Amino acid sequence: MANYKLQINGRTLEADVEADTPLLWVLRDHLGLVGTKFGCGIAQCGACTVHVDGKAIRSCSLPVSAVGAKKVTTIEGLSELGDHPLQLAWDEVDVAQCGYCQAGQIMTAAALLAQNPKPSNEQIENAMHGNICRCGTYHRIREAVALASSKLK
Amino acid sequence: MTSISKTSRRDFLKLAAAAGGGLVLGFHWESAEAKIMKVIHGGKMAGSDISFNSYLSISPEDVITIFSPNPELGQNIKTSFPMIVAEELDADWTKVHVQQAVLDTKKYERQVTGGSGAIPHSWERLRKAGATARYMLMEAAAKRWNVPASSLTAEKGIVYHKESGRQATYGELATDASAIAVPAEVKLKDKKDFKLIGTAVRNVDNKQMITGKPLYGLDFYREGMLFAMLQRPPAFGSKIKSVDAAAAKAMPGIVDVVTFKNNVAVVGKSTWQVNKARKALKIEYEPDGAAVLESTTDHDQIFKKLLDSNDANVVSVKRKDGDADAAFKTAAKVITKEYQCPFLSHSPLEPMNFFAHVRPDGVELVGPSQTPDMARNETAKLLNIPPEQITLELTRLGGGFGRRLKADYVLEAAELSSLIKAPVKVIWTREDDMTGGSYRPAVRYRFSAALDAKGNLVGYKLRGVGINAGNCTREDNFPSGAVDNLLIESIEHKSPITTGAWRAPITNFLAFAEQAFIDEVAMAAGKDPVAFRLDLLAKAKTTPVGAIKYDIDRMKGVIDLVVEKSQWGKKKGVSQGFSVYFSHRSYVAQVAEIEMKKGKPVLEKIHAAADCGVVVNISGANQQVRGGVTDGLGHALYGSLTFKDGAAEQKNFNNYRLIRMKEVPAIDVHFVNNGIDPTGLGEPALPPTGGAVANALFKALGKRLYNQPFTKQEELKGVSLGERL
Repeated sequence: MANYKLQINGRTLEADVEADTPLLWVLRDHLGLVGTKFGCGIAQCGACTVHVDGKAIRSCSLPVSAVGAKKVTTIEGLSELGDHPLQLAWDEVDVAQCGYCQAGQIMTAAALLAQNPKPSNEQIENAMHGNICRCGTYHRIREAVALASSKLK
Repeated sequence: MTSISKTSRRDFLKLAAAAGGGLVLGFHWESAEAKIMKVIHGGKMAGSDISFNSYLSISPEDVITIFSPNPELGQNIKTSFPMIVAEELDADWTKVHVQQAVLDTKKYERQVTGGSGAIPHSWERLRKAGATARYMLMEAAAKRWNVPASSLTAEKGIVYHKESGRQATYGELATDASAIAVPAEVKLKDKKDFKLIGTAVRNVDNKQMITGKPLYGLDFYREGMLFAMLQRPPAFGSKIKSVDAAAAKAMPGIVDVVTFKNNVAVVGKSTWQVNKARKALKIEYEPDGAAVLESTTDHDQIFKKLLDSNDANVVSVKRKDGDADAAFKTAAKVITKEYQCPFLSHSPLEPMNFFAHVRPDGVELVGPSQTPDMARNETAKLLNIPPEQITLELTRLGGGFGRRLKADYVLEAAELSSLIKAPVKVIWTREDDMTGGSYRPAVRYRFSAALDAKGNLVGYKLRGVGINAGNCTREDNFPSGAVDNLLIESIEHKSPITTGAWRAPITNFLAFAEQAFIDEVAMAAGKDPVAFRLDLLAKAKTTPVGAIKYDIDRMKGVIDLVVEKSQWGKKKGVSQGFSVYFSHRSYVAQVAEIEMKKGKPVLEKIHAAADCGVVVNISGANQQVRGGVTDGLGHALYGSLTFKDGAAEQKNFNNYRLIRMKEVPAIDVHFVNNGIDPTGLGEPALPPTGGAVANALFKALGKRLYNQPFTKQEELKGVSLGERL
């Protein structure tokens, strides 16, 4: 067990965990940030996507010891009031069915738009292809990313 | 249609008591058998909410709380149920607060999500709940203003007396209204007057879902709660021989290791710690008695053998019209084809989990279940206590697809909590989910058709073999009723591999096989596939054979609609494939379109026409159809769970492939508008998809697909039908 000081959503949070504990479980079990979801545990489904220094990362496969001082953003920290353009678009397009994968979808899309605010449809699909939605909301995910993009200045 | 309905006295609760300083509301059931006084605040309702019935309370501040009793797994019931209540109430939707109700079958009767049955079952009850409260509010206003109730109107939560210009909100009238006698009968709206039903209303949990609030079972946390993972036998048909848990017990954070019912449970302080410690268990397994550890290759042999069986003890005749054998002997042309599908995992993205706290005075259960009542009753039986001592709180479900109709994971949590005498949450990993059973059964069908010299279908046979599939046919579905000589038979092979209902049970594959076969028969008869089916429907209408349990006009309705919307047979350079199916009371027809791009077939679009009766929420309904089509397509293309010596060979999404964004074509959705009471939509859009795609592929490439998943078939070697980019 070791004490880790993590930079999460603009705050410093501490956790006493083993070095190999994936960031996902530190967030969920130790810090109470359960918006980041467990889907597969092997970086295949994208439900656990968070940002590490602005890049979309699968938190289920990132040991806490590798996080260091990097800045972590989870769905809870994407916006203060839940009004990130993607969150607003997700509501407007009414994307979710069961909703379980959607936080990971939004985090993947947010990393895309931060890097490329005006992606083509093909670029949207390439970025989102790694996130599974078992309910099949892919059409609306695509539509919501495009809508959010269209509202960015 | 306007209906006058008798209101069940049991349904409607009356304000019973005001006690103490504030308004404390009690309720009593107005029935002789259930005089229960109950305060149901539990910190969730505002203290001053006034309850009108099990579904509805109104606060003086105009907040309308509507309780949604059924499990929400993405079918959008938590939005559409309250819409139905709010419609008849004439509530202002912006002031409606929706709350998931706890399990209480005395109040809500059927709290199940399965069989596409929630809305069909509750439609009348929900409408009456809203209409009754509206009646009581109108009567209260009439009394207050001393005018006849017939001179009042209501709109968006306000009662108006136009003549005098007086008005009052529902909140202002709620206390008075709760003193009005509950009417024995209440008038429901004419469907043409619906204002909310049929519109697009956004999911009531959107804000919470997109900001990462704890909604799901896996998110549930209770102070002092322990975490557990269970090691179950790796192969179906095996049992524990010995357990060495010393190394696991010594690992950090581990509280206990408990063996029960072929499970070794590792209990600890965090998910990761129990996951790690579980891997340190040393368990030996042996075959359970005479059980055979079956492999997929064994099943292939079993299918072939049983399809040829003449043993009346093995073959179960499901339907027999006329004399099929005689018809086949005199036929001008006979076509026989076989179709096979593998096992499938349900793979809801939230793995199985449940919280249980078994205390001496009662049991608390919290988590995701499609059948909470069954989960409670089975827990009661397991622990040998009355069900009344168990509370069950439903969380939102991260998908279900039928997997959470079973209570196995609830019972694991309850049994473990009773053994360790502590609150505990049992968590399954993805590997546990994929190897842990309750699969869509593997099935093989043999279809035969007899055509006369004019190409008329004079004989039809279907024999199916399923592994733990029960009846693997749907003997009364189309084309039964349209063929003079018909024989439907089902054979079951009992296996240690466990199976269960998987979204659109049986029909999720049967529809593909049947619709692909009918296309092949139509072509052999020299007829257009759609015209061939319409001819059969016309025959079933004019000269029905035996019982007909589907609605011919509704089936024709969706065919006509999809033919119109897809411009069937009129598009150049597009290979269209047709399919139509009736399941769970509703009808869906589809046309898949494949275009050749750079020499490769690309699935560009699927048109879907659905008849589910009245569409409650057009946004949610579109989702159910697109989701169902995507689900059907994805599993037809990629889904395959195979077995080696009783163990599943695919354990996670790295080799169990689910459909992803780029593989989904455009899906155009259309609804028949016929005003029929809702007939369900969670499943019916899925079954037709595989058939439509396979039939389009035949037009494009001249190759027939008989087995799923399509992408593993020789016919599609080197072709990735799904990828559009």
